[in-house]
Amino acid sequence: MESELIAVRNLRVSFASDAGLARVLDGVDLTIGRGEIMGLVGESGCGKTTLARAILGILPGNSARIEAGSIRFDGRDLLAMDQDRLAREVRGKEIAYIPQDPFTAFNPVFTIGTQIDDLMRYKSPLLRSAPQMSRRERSRADRARVLDLLRLVQLPDPEGVLRKYPHEVSGGQRQRLMIAMALLPEPKLVIADEPTTALDVTVQAQILKILKQLARERGVAVLFTTHDLGTAYEICDRITVMYAGQEVEEAPVASFFAQPSHPYTRKLLDSLPSSENGIRGIAGEIPRLIDPPSGCRFHPRCERASEACRGTRPPRDALGPAHTVRCHHPLIAAEQAA
Amino acid sequence: MKTLVLVLGRLAWFVPTIIGLLAIVFFISHVIPADPAAFVAGENATPETIAAIREKLGLDKPLHIQFWHYLVSIAQGDMGRSIYTGRPVAEDLLSRLPATLELAIAAIIVASLIGIPLGVVSALRRNTWLDHGLRVVTIAGLAIASFWFAILLQLFFSMRLGVTPLHGRVEGWGPEPITGFYTIDAIIWQDPEILLDALRHMILPVTTLALPATATIVRFTRAGVLNALQSNYVLYETAMGYPRRLVVWKYVLRNALIGTVTQIGLIFGLLLAGAVVVEAVFDWPGLGLFAVNSILSSDYNAVMGFTLIAGAMFIVVNLLVDILQGMIDPRETR
Amino acid sequence: MLRILRKLAEDRAALVGLILILALIAAAILAPLLSTHPGDVTEFHTARRLSPPGPENWLGTDRMGSDIYSRLLFGARITLTIAVTAIAVAVLIGVPMGLIAGYYEGFGSNLLMRVSDIFLAVPQIVLAIAIAQTLGPSIENVILALSATYWPFWARLVYAETRSIKNEPFVEAAIALGCSPFRVMVLHILPSISSSIIVRTTIGMGGTILTAATLGFLGLGPPPPTPEWGRTIAESREFLPMAWWYAAFPGLAIFLVVMGFNLLGDGLRDVLDPRLRRAARHGK
Repeated sequence: MESELIAVRNLRVSFASDAGLARVLDGVDLTIGRGEIMGLVGESGCGKTTLARAILGILPGNSARIEAGSIRFDGRDLLAMDQDRLAREVRGKEIAYIPQDPFTAFNPVFTIGTQIDDLMRYKSPLLRSAPQMSRRERSRADRARVLDLLRLVQLPDPEGVLRKYPHEVSGGQRQRLMIAMALLPEPKLVIADEPTTALDVTVQAQILKILKQLARERGVAVLFTTHDLGTAYEICDRITVMYAGQEVEEAPVASFFAQPSHPYTRKLLDSLPSSENGIRGIAGEIPRLIDPPSGCRFHPRCERASEACRGTRPPRDALGPAHTVRCHHPLIAAEQAA
Repeated sequence: MKTLVLVLGRLAWFVPTIIGLLAIVFFISHVIPADPAAFVAGENATPETIAAIREKLGLDKPLHIQFWHYLVSIAQGDMGRSIYTGRPVAEDLLSRLPATLELAIAAIIVASLIGIPLGVVSALRRNTWLDHGLRVVTIAGLAIASFWFAILLQLFFSMRLGVTPLHGRVEGWGPEPITGFYTIDAIIWQDPEILLDALRHMILPVTTLALPATATIVRFTRAGVLNALQSNYVLYETAMGYPRRLVVWKYVLRNALIGTVTQIGLIFGLLLAGAVVVEAVFDWPGLGLFAVNSILSSDYNAVMGFTLIAGAMFIVVNLLVDILQGMIDPRETR
Repeated sequence: MLRILRKLAEDRAALVGLILILALIAAAILAPLLSTHPGDVTEFHTARRLSPPGPENWLGTDRMGSDIYSRLLFGARITLTIAVTAIAVAVLIGVPMGLIAGYYEGFGSNLLMRVSDIFLAVPQIVLAIAIAQTLGPSIENVILALSATYWPFWARLVYAETRSIKNEPFVEAAIALGCSPFRVMVLHILPSISSSIIVRTTIGMGGTILTAATLGFLGLGPPPPTPEWGRTIAESREFLPMAWWYAAFPGLAIFLVVMGFNLLGDGLRDVLDPRLRRAARHGK
């Protein structure tokens, strides 16, 4: 498929811990198209962050192991590339990253300007588009681009901010800086790992708006992880739901909210606080990943579970255009959805 | 402005510390001994001299008056006379200060140049044989008595192999003093022969002094680097593809060194303590040798003067380190 | 307790440290049995002076012809006596002081900590030299000088730890239940900070032994003919390079013993300090 930017197939990642081997990702599939904003939704511990880090190639080398699967990005297999090449050619150039916690992601003892300058020295798009440029010229051109982008993310006094240390600017401003830094190298994909959870609610909305607008204008795809369905609704084109290390449903935003098909998605939507239902939780507990349930990992908490659910993991069933579900007993069957 | 506030803040702690140090030395020298005057006068003093000293020290007066007199005389730079050299103790100490500083500074430089890279490498290769080996070596470096290590070095390199001088700062006379640092004076006088000779004489004493200092620096740098490597900013820098070299040797190292710098104060204490015995072994005419000779000849004023100077130097170095740390750590906003 | 021992046994370095310390204790206790010339602490045999290591004198003899091996064994008694007593006194002063200053807030606590800060602001060896010089060379005075200079380490440590756990729920609960301050400090706070104290004490033993040896080397230790290790090295210097064994073996003894305490302290810290333990697991 031409429009596919990244395709994760059957990814299995396990972590070694004192208590044993934790299978944090168990056969995950994920596809993101060019310029598409994909929401990755699930409770904490479901493997969102691990998937994001696996794509970036920054899983902790001494404890995490990729056991199977492939990650094809723009025609290349990322898992086949060595760390050096990933760091040089992919990370920060084609795939950029917006961290969860803008408070600690900046290096505390260097000015913001230094950190952006260093980023541009190695990741400037001019290195590709204008390789004949001298270092001086390039850094002057980059400086202009940096200031432009800082204005676009609505930072007051961009020149002044560059001279400041991270602790001297507010959390919201730092996250704007992170967005700007992610977009500066003109990547094809930005991975935003719960970029607003650490921020005040009032700031969250502005940040999301800026991120969405800039990504759209530049045609950048975004993988946006969140545990907040409301946030996902605001910003995403499509949503993938993960449960305990497996993806269970993938759908365009409209049909995701209108026709949730996996029982877990349904419960997730039901758990949204509303005026008629109040707050409702999901019965049961998130399974331990060291000794997870067999088959569909959701079956112990599922009212529709049958013998089949314990036995095998359901295959991906297409319910409609770009809507797939992994369930033996989906709430909406393929023919109904169509 | 920020720096000025910082300096003033630290000075506010400096003054009471110095007075506290004076109180301790006063207590040791005036309160503990049954007859301080006899101590000050030395072993061969006549009863008349002792009586005269007792008069001068005002030992018949109440303690707080004595302490006041003591403070006043120290403030005037009067630490009494040395029985051994016959000169004022303050003068003796001052003339020997550069020799000790030259050793200590050389040792700090050597220890940093070796210790910081080793600490970084140890952290990067954590839990490998290299890391475990360095752990044992650094523990050993802190377990060796420096006087013994100095003697072993002397025994092997000077006496057996004859490749290094046995003791002293130079053969014959040193350069005409300007700074009192032989190496620097030799450079000022453009005398390469003396410079080379002075450096040769420094090899063994500096090695001895630098050993525990290096061990300390390795351990703190390692801990600091490990701490920084597990931080969110390293995760971010890695995720954004900053080159590994840059992340480790620029971003991580700066953070780790802020912690290591605070240890320079502690290390300076190690060096000062080491200087006493190292100078004794290598006949290095600095404060330490002066202290040892004073101990051997029961030169009481001189020992107390040394204690005061050593304590004051240590406090001053810590003050400078505090200020330096405040200046290099941008988060420090006092 | 058993778990700690098992963990320690896994750490080869700490195990070596423990063995070295046990060897020191054995040497001190069994000195009369283990030594080949038990009388040589006080006797001389000038005919045999400065003879090299051999079947008669395993580690050679000193300037008086006394057997160095035997004197080293008896020297272990001195080392152990000095270190254990000095540290015990320092702990007995420092720990209660830190507990009280950490538990109560106010002018008195501040003053206590300022005083200990001033003591820490001077290198230990320098203060110990001044005190030992004033008191005169003897075993008791070395102990006094060392305890007087080392107690602030424990005061500072215990103060900081007490302050940090004082507001923990279990301490507040004990106070709310009406436990007396003494009870809270001894039965609730002290046990939870004991591992830090144990680690600090183990490493402190190494430092104290080094300082004591240095005092001995400077002539401020127990007077001759006491077979103190530091003094023995000082005596040997006249006879170098010929009688290398005279300087080498006492120094080796000091090194092994200090190394033992440092290795054990390092291992104990890994096992006992929960903060470091978490960091260690993180990386594995």
